[in-house]
Amino acid sequence: MVIYGVALLAFCMLTGIFFGDLLGQLIGVQANVGGVGLSMLLLIVLVNQKNPGFNISEPTEKGINFWNAMYVPIVVAMAAKQNVVEALSSGWLAISAGIAAVAAGFLLIPLIARISPGQHHDR
Amino acid sequence: MIGETFIRVLEGNTLIVAFSFIGALVWFSYFLSAKLTRGKLHGSAIAIVGGLLLAYYGGIRTDGAMGLADIPLFAGLGVMGGAMFRDFAIIATAYGVRFDELKKAGLIGAISVIIGVVVSFSVGALVAYSFGYRDAVAISTIGAGAATYIVGPVTGTALGADSSVIALSVAAGLVKSVLVMVATPLVAGRVGLDNPHSAMIYGGLMGTTSGVAAGLAATDPKLVPYGAMTATFYTGVGCLLAPSLLFLIVRMAFEN
Repeated sequence: MVIYGVALLAFCMLTGIFFGDLLGQLIGVQANVGGVGLSMLLLIVLVNQKNPGFNISEPTEKGINFWNAMYVPIVVAMAAKQNVVEALSSGWLAISAGIAAVAAGFLLIPLIARISPGQHHDR
Repeated sequence: MIGETFIRVLEGNTLIVAFSFIGALVWFSYFLSAKLTRGKLHGSAIAIVGGLLLAYYGGIRTDGAMGLADIPLFAGLGVMGGAMFRDFAIIATAYGVRFDELKKAGLIGAISVIIGVVVSFSVGALVAYSFGYRDAVAISTIGAGAATYIVGPVTGTALGADSSVIALSVAAGLVKSVLVMVATPLVAGRVGLDNPHSAMIYGGLMGTTSGVAAGLAATDPKLVPYGAMTATFYTGVGCLLAPSLLFLIVRMAFEN
């Protein structure tokens, strides 16, 4: 049933966010630490397990894939609710800091990708 | 009478209005992508920029902080584009992720989160310094804002920063997140952002979940789960490092 897929997603999200929140409290920060990442890992582990009593049927898969496909539209809606006016009207200090941080990040991607193991360009 | 009924129906079903509105926006963006750029510029990239432009319009019209969602008719965008649905959809993208790809890049992903926080903080701190700030609390708060717009206020509050400085740190984070959305599809080819490995590094370096989510959606949706995976640890690590270790380093540099 489609709802099984949606419920499985919901279960993963609630569990992951819960542990992300606990982790944040444990290390003493006022933020959720990797809750979504933990949820994703949990989903990957659950759908990949080889338990005969637990297999993902096609309708169940549809319930997951629907939300997967809704990802881009949701992100477009998210863009439409950003505080763009404040970002643009905040003066040069904030704009420079934002631009500099993004530029530094992009410059570092190829550098880190090159020094890291497991990446073979001659695949 | 017809007009009033129409408006009443729309305002009573704002989430459904958001679904149809975003549907139309995405359709129009893919139309533009195919006709004007012959598919060169991804339809979703155009849709995201369109969303940002509409958010600007909404902000100008209402003076609010939620872009187009502050206009009552479009209030449903706040739900549809809110953190709850966003995270739910991000998690769904993990379905179909190749586990060995994750394992292979797991370590470098973790390292890039730490590098990303430290580099963003340092760059933001340098900019604050060059704009004349000399006290360690303000410099650290603005540096933290250059990490994400959540790390900034968390750090500023912890250190007791002035509210105008906290506002600046939020703004720096907002600029970063908007810029990541717009710039990622444009520079992805040049920085080698075309495989799960570099997507995990990218998520760790940028860290803004909304920026990374939109940036990868506009570049290659298959990479979304890898980038999102590392990005979701970034704000937590930033909130851990910025008000503690990084602040102490800044204080040592400025107060001796």
